[in-house]
Amino acid sequence: MTDTAHEPSPMLELLGGFIRELREAGIPVSLSENIDAMEAVSHIPLEDREALKYALAATMVKNDSHWRAFETVFEVYFSLRGKHYGIDRDGEDGEGEGDSDTPDMEGVAQQGKGDGSGGSQMTAEELAEMLYQALMRGDDAMMRAIARTSVQRFAGMEPGRPVGGTYYLYRTLRNLDLDGVMQRLMDKAREEAPDPGLTPLEERLERDEYESRIDRLKKEVEAEIRRRLVADRGVEAMAKTLRKPLPEDVDFMHASREEMANLRKAIYPLTRKLAVRLARKRRHGRKGPLDFRNTVRHSLSYGGVPAEPKFKYPRPAKPEIFVIADISGSVAAFARFTLHLVYAISNQFSKVRSFVFIDGLDEVTSYFEGVEDISEAVHRVNTEADVVWVDGHSDYGHAFEVFWERHGKEIGPKTTVMILGDARNNYHASQAWVVQEINKRARNVFWLNPEPKSYWDTGDSIVGEYAAHCDGTFEVRNLRHLEGFVENLA
Amino acid sequence: MDYRFESVPAVREGLGNVNYLSDEGIAGVVYLADRLQKPVLVEGPAGTGKTQLAKSVADMMGARLIRLQCYEGLDESRALYEWNYKKQLLRIQAERNTDGTWSDIEEDIFSEDFLLTRPLLEAIRAEDPVVLLIDEVDRVEIETEALLLEILSDYQVSIPELGTVSATQIPMVFLTSNNTRELSEALKRRCLFLHIDYPELEREKEIVLAKVPGISESLADQVARIVRSIRQLELKKAPSVSETLDWANTLMLLNIDQVSAEDASETINILLKYRSDIDKAIKEFNSNGAEFAEQS
Repeated sequence: MTDTAHEPSPMLELLGGFIRELREAGIPVSLSENIDAMEAVSHIPLEDREALKYALAATMVKNDSHWRAFETVFEVYFSLRGKHYGIDRDGEDGEGEGDSDTPDMEGVAQQGKGDGSGGSQMTAEELAEMLYQALMRGDDAMMRAIARTSVQRFAGMEPGRPVGGTYYLYRTLRNLDLDGVMQRLMDKAREEAPDPGLTPLEERLERDEYESRIDRLKKEVEAEIRRRLVADRGVEAMAKTLRKPLPEDVDFMHASREEMANLRKAIYPLTRKLAVRLARKRRHGRKGPLDFRNTVRHSLSYGGVPAEPKFKYPRPAKPEIFVIADISGSVAAFARFTLHLVYAISNQFSKVRSFVFIDGLDEVTSYFEGVEDISEAVHRVNTEADVVWVDGHSDYGHAFEVFWERHGKEIGPKTTVMILGDARNNYHASQAWVVQEINKRARNVFWLNPEPKSYWDTGDSIVGEYAAHCDGTFEVRNLRHLEGFVENLA
Repeated sequence: MDYRFESVPAVREGLGNVNYLSDEGIAGVVYLADRLQKPVLVEGPAGTGKTQLAKSVADMMGARLIRLQCYEGLDESRALYEWNYKKQLLRIQAERNTDGTWSDIEEDIFSEDFLLTRPLLEAIRAEDPVVLLIDEVDRVEIETEALLLEILSDYQVSIPELGTVSATQIPMVFLTSNNTRELSEALKRRCLFLHIDYPELEREKEIVLAKVPGISESLADQVARIVRSIRQLELKKAPSVSETLDWANTLMLLNIDQVSAEDASETINILLKYRSDIDKAIKEFNSNGAEFAEQS
């Protein structure tokens, strides 16, 4: 049907490596999707980088949350292709690049400011002025040129130096002083506004606009650094360093700020999906056992022949959930996501009560009552709950004692207790007898630990001591684990 | 095999002519769908024009749109075909007095005369150009998805009594999903994937200009900017494109040319549908100003 066989082999090879890297990054690419991609590529003009990107994405990336990972790999593998960015591999030793950039820079400078200063001779002030002008007008071409020049000048990149792209990014952005530029832009906007000045709304809109422009600039700088690193280190090595876990695989305990933000965004669709799935499960639950009385009663209308068997309506028990969560620094994020998820599907349970502790314990159930916005309530838990007793270092033993004293009697045979924490007890007394007592009264006691299993019972972690009295201990390190656990719970 | 579309820009232009403003990604996937003869799975938040895309492609090609709305409990007899049972019964009764053999009758009652075609089969058998839209495919149970697999990969339907009906021409197929559950791997593998997100500022402005008659450029610009700001907040449900259009229409009707914070607060219930979201947005618009006043 197509001429895949006549494809120039370098392209095929590149695509092969590309697909390998996608799989390494965790994106499942099946063989048939691989073939589709090859075929798709033969239908589009290869010099059109955007078209290539969408063709590859459409055939191989079938989940929106994988898009970022795909984009990163794509940028690495195909950044050298664009004719505009052709970096000469031989001239890739720091200074050599200046030449190829200068004409480009000059052209922009002339059209931009008219004083015709070449890229390499520009002073830092001139560059800052140009940046300001470019952001002011939202001039993409100029921003791109500025990104190149500033990376060249400020990042201090050396071939073969084993530091990551983030280091260079940080160095470059620090020198550009984007906060200062932002301030200037806003001042200018205020100044230029017609007489009554900017209304709050207008101010906000201006700010959003400039922020999005600055974001674009940051992306350009990042791309520029990446291009240079790829040229220096080779495609595969670079792809490996840039490999990031997919959102559902990000570790709660070691998530960076950006990853946290992504996790927060991911949790809402996740809970929605989970709720839909659980509701369906409930509705389509298999039929219960034969209802003998009902069958006999109906058989009367067939003259005593049990022609229509009747079954008992299944009534899956709705458990009552007690969540007891450690919200000290190291595991706070984990507790937050779990509370969020449990409350999002709280209609699957007859009752949900939640307690949080560090070394003291506080009930936070009321924060979630009648609240529409769960994240707001979770935020209140972290700021308002009274959980510090002595020094604000985790003390599981004391927290459990307090719990037993105040709420122990409220645990009944329908209650499932979930304890969240890493059981790092700062060498306090464990008071494991409380967990044992809870287990005697409750239906189930589960312990969820956000640490990898290999760390359990090392240092001051005493999860083993508690685990002896639990019905199950689970390693719950990322959203995928958490979702699986909560689904089984309901 | 003739291709329907010349190139990606041609698709883009064609869609533009029927008032659907696409971007590089959308046009690219539609183009590839034609070239590779594959269905397109369109996913994205509600109200971003997923269904409209299929309609517009049909419009552009001058094709007939056949739509299968998915719902829980959709089955073969609603999606593919069904035997016309009543007609078959009549046929058998009419035959009773004549001396036809059983096999004659059987052959007769399982012929095309007694077949009721449902959307999928109809799309396969159509002689004229058609676009098949399978809407909200995530609503059917995962087992029911299997019904679609044969038609999606081979463009044919197997009817035990009749044999296999193959497509006379390969129709364009669009599936839409609101992502309320993961679709099966088998289904995804057979499709090209297209994620339609909220549009960029520029595109949203163009959409407003194209779809709201008589709106001024500056108002469209403001609308698009405000909507972008609102989408940046953490909301339960961000405003969709169709809500943006509703809002733009409202502002037109109220004769507002310059949107102030008060106007925005008063009409924001058109954009946002949750109480908590509305509160958050209004608070954001007003508190931000105070914060600025302190700074300057």
